[in-house]
Amino acid sequence: MKRDKINKFFSRIPKHIIILFVLVIWITPTLGLLITSLRPVQDINTSGWWMILKPRDDIASQQNLPKFTLNNYIDALVGYRGTRNYVSDCENGTAPLDMRCNAADILNPRGMIRALLNSLIVTIPATILPILFAAFAGYAFSWLDFKGRTLLFAILVGLQVVPLQMTMVPISRAYSTLGLNGTFLGVWLFHTGFGMPYAIYLMRNFLGSLPKDLFESAYLDGASHWTAFVQLAIPLAIPAIASLGIFQFLWVWNDLLVSLVFLGGTKPVITYQIANMVSSLGAGWHLLTAAAFLSMLLPIVVFFALQKYFVKGMLAGAVKG
Amino acid sequence: MASVTFKHITKKFGDFTALDDLNIDIIDKEFLVLVGPSGCGKTTALRCLAGLEEVSDGEVLIGDKVVNDIPPKDRDIAMVFQSYALYPHMSVYDNMAFGLKLRHIPKDEIERRVEESAKTLGIEHLLKRKPRELSGGQRQRVAVGRAIVREPKVFLFDEPLSNLDAKLRVQTRAEISKLHHRLQTTFIYVTHDQTEAMTMASRIAVMNKGILQQLDTPQTLYDKPNNQFVAGFIGSPAMNFFPAKLKKEDSTLFADCGAFSVKIPDEKFSTYAPHAGKEVIFGIRPEDVHNPEYVPVGIHAAPVEAKVEVTELMGNEIFLYLVSGASYIARVDPRTRFTFGQHVQVMFNMDNFHIFDPSVDKENPIAIR
Repeated sequence: MKRDKINKFFSRIPKHIIILFVLVIWITPTLGLLITSLRPVQDINTSGWWMILKPRDDIASQQNLPKFTLNNYIDALVGYRGTRNYVSDCENGTAPLDMRCNAADILNPRGMIRALLNSLIVTIPATILPILFAAFAGYAFSWLDFKGRTLLFAILVGLQVVPLQMTMVPISRAYSTLGLNGTFLGVWLFHTGFGMPYAIYLMRNFLGSLPKDLFESAYLDGASHWTAFVQLAIPLAIPAIASLGIFQFLWVWNDLLVSLVFLGGTKPVITYQIANMVSSLGAGWHLLTAAAFLSMLLPIVVFFALQKYFVKGMLAGAVKG
Repeated sequence: MASVTFKHITKKFGDFTALDDLNIDIIDKEFLVLVGPSGCGKTTALRCLAGLEEVSDGEVLIGDKVVNDIPPKDRDIAMVFQSYALYPHMSVYDNMAFGLKLRHIPKDEIERRVEESAKTLGIEHLLKRKPRELSGGQRQRVAVGRAIVREPKVFLFDEPLSNLDAKLRVQTRAEISKLHHRLQTTFIYVTHDQTEAMTMASRIAVMNKGILQQLDTPQTLYDKPNNQFVAGFIGSPAMNFFPAKLKKEDSTLFADCGAFSVKIPDEKFSTYAPHAGKEVIFGIRPEDVHNPEYVPVGIHAAPVEAKVEVTELMGNEIFLYLVSGASYIARVDPRTRFTFGQHVQVMFNMDNFHIFDPSVDKENPIAIR
């Protein structure tokens, strides 16, 4: 018995080594990002993040600066672009012209707070809308009998092959006649349109794999299609909805291209803002790393909150049960 | 409470005809069982009545109202599914109350009805549980409970016992019969199990390949099957069949089965005499084959030579697998001491035999009476 356990342990070692190796590869850049973002700008400019354990012999230590600081984060959040940092500049009254050193700085169009808000405004409807429509469509494709159902579904699934980059110019032109360029509505519609084919595909497969008897029983119990949808299909499709939600949320949150084209600098989202943190000469690493880490926070929270469904959802539609 | 009528119902799925000109009159408060092998159309008939399938042709009536174009929710029928189809995310109480809530019945009335039905089914302690926390038998009860709280005009059962183990099935069978007596409502019950049909039904409709074979009381079906299919389907073990020829010698009629020949009793001479000379199917039930030592008195017994292949002791009876030309089964007195390979004589009870005429329908010969 005990021997079996030992054998098992040793036979698992290669697997564990591989997993550990992959883990290290994945986590190292993130760790570097975190450490760099917490170091004073002078340190960042003189040594790499992997040197933090070495005693410092540079200007930073001569100035007696702390080894770790939150200044980068504050600077990134309010969009400070001066040569020192926001807190000390405000104390000394030497802040740049666009800094007011009061609550108004929160909404500074160059800051990450503003960008985070814009990203949320873009992401939340752009996640909910396609899933909602896909749930309707998925129900209809599985449980409503209408002519041309299979053909229509095949066309919708086929639409997934259209690359969104190809449609940007025509849609941008259409938007400019409709006055949707630079509006949140335009971005919502774009993401909804391109998120739906896959979402419908997944929702139909999930709802279609639910037992037919359940719905028939509900109809006999007196349920209309709407009641069956709201009270039966939606609660049972929670795993599929959650996994779709994660996918769509991450996609929209991390998207740069669409928001760059349709929102641009008028309503900067985080990806746009981060891209602008680095100056053309490559300076501004301290701001970039802090901003990048901020942008990762929300997806991480969402992922951990829904990860139970994430694994389940990846199998949704593929395997019955 | 209502009668149900199938009027010339035809249902086609593409080229496949699932129901072919089905006519059934189900009387109010009747317990009708639709029975047949899988794919015979019995479930399709039930689903057409429920409104889950549209009929291709004909009329379905509930009471005296044609319901062809009425959606399932307005037909006032309740159905118990084979899979029970309980809503997995709702508690037992919510499962049972679902249909009542959708019909906007006041809350205290819902509560009263659910509790009452739960009590009669013995599931009142399960009301707060989710379906996945229940055993198969409990789920089955909840499914029945969900149907009876609605107090519908017609109850439909689609093989509700097939997912239960044998012991529970027997017990539930009796409970459904009791339920029918208590509710005094029309029950329509679909099964492939002829035992369920025989034990519960007031009338049985035997179906095969989309065609109604015979509709009658269990006893009549057993005693006077219309055709070979019904004869073979009702009864367990099934009726034995022998290809035979009716032979007339002077004023006696014999069924010549090749390996043996049995005399047709004189009372039945006039029935079968017109068919003399025909190739027919001779049928006899296993319990009408007797050990000569224990033949009941007063029957017309005909001796047949047979070889014993297998004997199965059941305790209260013995199943003999015999060969007399063709192989067949006899259900004999438990005192019988026949052994494997023995050549014996058995007695056919010639008061209870069946002759089927294949000349009209070769697939399913009809009974000559």
